[in-house]
Amino acid sequence: MKKTKIAAVSLLLAMVCLTGCHGKQAEETFVLPETFDESKAVEITFWAKNDTNKTQREIYYNAIEDFEALYPNVTVNMRLYNDYGKIYNDVITNISTNTTPNVCITYPDHIATYLTGRNTVLGLDELMADPQYGLGGSALKFDGPTAEEIVPRYLEECVIGEGHYALPYMRSSEACYVNKTYVEALGYTLPETLTWDFVWEVSEKAMEQNADGTYKVNGQQVLIPFIYKSTDNMLIQSLKQLGADYSDEEGNILLFHDTTADLLKTVAQHGKTGAFSTFKISGYPANFLNAGQCIFAIDSTAGATWMGSDAPLVDIAEDKIVPFETEVMTIPQYDPDNPRMISQGPSVCIFYKSDPQQVLASWLFTQFLLTNDVQIPYSETEGYVPVTLKARNAEEYQEYLSLGGSDKDLHYDVKIRATKLVMDHTEDTFVTPVFNGSASLRDASGQLIENVTKAVRRKKTVDDGYIRALYEEVQSQYHLDQRSGSGVMGDKKDLGPLPGESVALLVLLLGTWIILGSLAVYGRIRKRE
Amino acid sequence: MKRVLAVILTMGLALSLAACGKSTDAAADGSAKSEGVMTYAEYAAAAVDTEVVVETYVQAKQSWWDNKGTFYTQDQDGAYFIYEMACSEEEYNKLTPGTKIKVTGVKSEWSGESEIVEASFEIEEGNFVATPVDVTDLLGKDELIDRQNQYVSFKDMTVEAVAFKNDEPGDDIYLTLSKDGNSYDFCLEYYLNGSDQAFYDQVSALEAGQVVDVEGFLYWYEGVNTHITKVTVK
Repeated sequence: MKKTKIAAVSLLLAMVCLTGCHGKQAEETFVLPETFDESKAVEITFWAKNDTNKTQREIYYNAIEDFEALYPNVTVNMRLYNDYGKIYNDVITNISTNTTPNVCITYPDHIATYLTGRNTVLGLDELMADPQYGLGGSALKFDGPTAEEIVPRYLEECVIGEGHYALPYMRSSEACYVNKTYVEALGYTLPETLTWDFVWEVSEKAMEQNADGTYKVNGQQVLIPFIYKSTDNMLIQSLKQLGADYSDEEGNILLFHDTTADLLKTVAQHGKTGAFSTFKISGYPANFLNAGQCIFAIDSTAGATWMGSDAPLVDIAEDKIVPFETEVMTIPQYDPDNPRMISQGPSVCIFYKSDPQQVLASWLFTQFLLTNDVQIPYSETEGYVPVTLKARNAEEYQEYLSLGGSDKDLHYDVKIRATKLVMDHTEDTFVTPVFNGSASLRDASGQLIENVTKAVRRKKTVDDGYIRALYEEVQSQYHLDQRSGSGVMGDKKDLGPLPGESVALLVLLLGTWIILGSLAVYGRIRKRE
Repeated sequence: MKRVLAVILTMGLALSLAACGKSTDAAADGSAKSEGVMTYAEYAAAAVDTEVVVETYVQAKQSWWDNKGTFYTQDQDGAYFIYEMACSEEEYNKLTPGTKIKVTGVKSEWSGESEIVEASFEIEEGNFVATPVDVTDLLGKDELIDRQNQYVSFKDMTVEAVAFKNDEPGDDIYLTLSKDGNSYDFCLEYYLNGSDQAFYDQVSALEAGQVVDVEGFLYWYEGVNTHITKVTVK
């Protein structure tokens, strides 16, 4: 089961990485066929991810059906996941056996690891530019986007090293879902842009209790005013907003410095009073928010349908839901005039296969996922935004946005406000550099926040000494102390001269062949004589 | 005087025997705790985020991953859910149902579920496998939470709905059962027993209106959410 899978993944990951070592072996290259042979049956596999959302699954199935109708010789087999991590593990497991899917929903961080294997993820630049089958190409049987019609910032996020290795599929960011009713009950007015100072101040104010131990603001025994779902994002975005280092394009780890320490001490200060907690420590922010037990809940815009008193999706009993006014805001900022927030969401990559027709079919299907008929309905399932300008500007999509709040399902207003937030701030979003190891660095960032929060809850002191020890512990835990900048294309670097034993073995083999060859030549000469 | 002395000696002997008897019973059923180990009552009273040390018995295993295992454990007085306890795969395989372990960790609470996290353990001599306690009468009552994580049973429940996580087989199954007009959430936790195909198929095939007895661990997620291990259709 899981244990076996994980052990296998570790082993295979090691194999994949080793395959990349001394990695000057010849890569097989994909040659784009002149035409797509529609007389030949082609089968492709598509590994997709949905958010435990029935509609998303139906949209995938519809897309496959529509694509197969256009290209009857192609069969698309889909495997659905609801966790990016599981897709990542399964891809790693399948790389060494060359049983990767043809098309896969993924994150660029993961692609960087896949690329440490040979002939894994296909570079897309040549395909994208092809006049017939490229983006907006003349031979396409569907109305796909041109390169210019993909939101440039999102397309840029799919560049790894010097080329594109994916196309964006959906994009989201994080939002702060605020219980405005409680903020105002505490005597505050929400600013236009949330700041960290404001959130901390209101959160501390909310901790005031009645004599019976209940909190004044909600009259309940439970209150965590500020809960963050993805603490890796919390730290990464804070550092970005402050202009502080995190990593660089060369793959150098730059996270462990004084600014990070100051941020961690602030988190500790508010974790200690109980004003702040995290998903991993306490539970889903949405559950606390909807029960009137949280005031600032930060989660993905792709989780907006779970947020608010009228949320169409809920995980708590109906009688626990408390009515309140929900405000959807950007995450807190250090410089409200220059807001910065993470860009996240799935991309699509194609795996190399020896059959060019199969690869071309995969490429056609990948482009099909960017047509309006897929982009618009899928984005409407959550607080996602379409990645193409073509979809964003479509009349159908504009109408959808304009109907926000007209019902509590498709047009649930919290969801549509979250979507608009991402669209309005597209130019304020950023991504972190992608390299083999960037996924571990991201995990380490979250671990720092989690650890200081847990530490103060357990009455430990978070001071300079604690932070120093924490840095060492986390660097070791995520093996960040065993690497140096290695570039973005995985660790396919020249590892220097071969070990002495290997050289000796090669010399021995060469010597044996020389002796055998000499004996053969000598034998022939003797025979002629 | 002799008579008084005889009475005193007899009473003393009786008291000693009573004390011996008690300690013998405790030793016999394994409920006696070693020095420095909490009783279940002390564990239940301990504050969240404090260190706890308990002696308990493995009842079921949920998963092993990255040298961490998750366990349903119980002693004669109460149950302890141990989340991601440090253990090698070899150790995990040794922790079969009934195995006695001494666990040191931190008491935590996640979405209402009381658990021990960041735990380490050592195997001790002893064995105890809990039999399910019928808690049907506690449904809807505050006292039910006192049985949290225990191996329990519910009798004569009516199937209301069966739903797959992600809307298709291959992951958890959410089961809604009712009793006396009130609905309660149950779950076939895939990591606990999803590999038991016969059981998975049985739960998948349940139909609304059927009356069932169920057994499982009294897990909590935003309210009672028993992780089922056995279903008997009546």
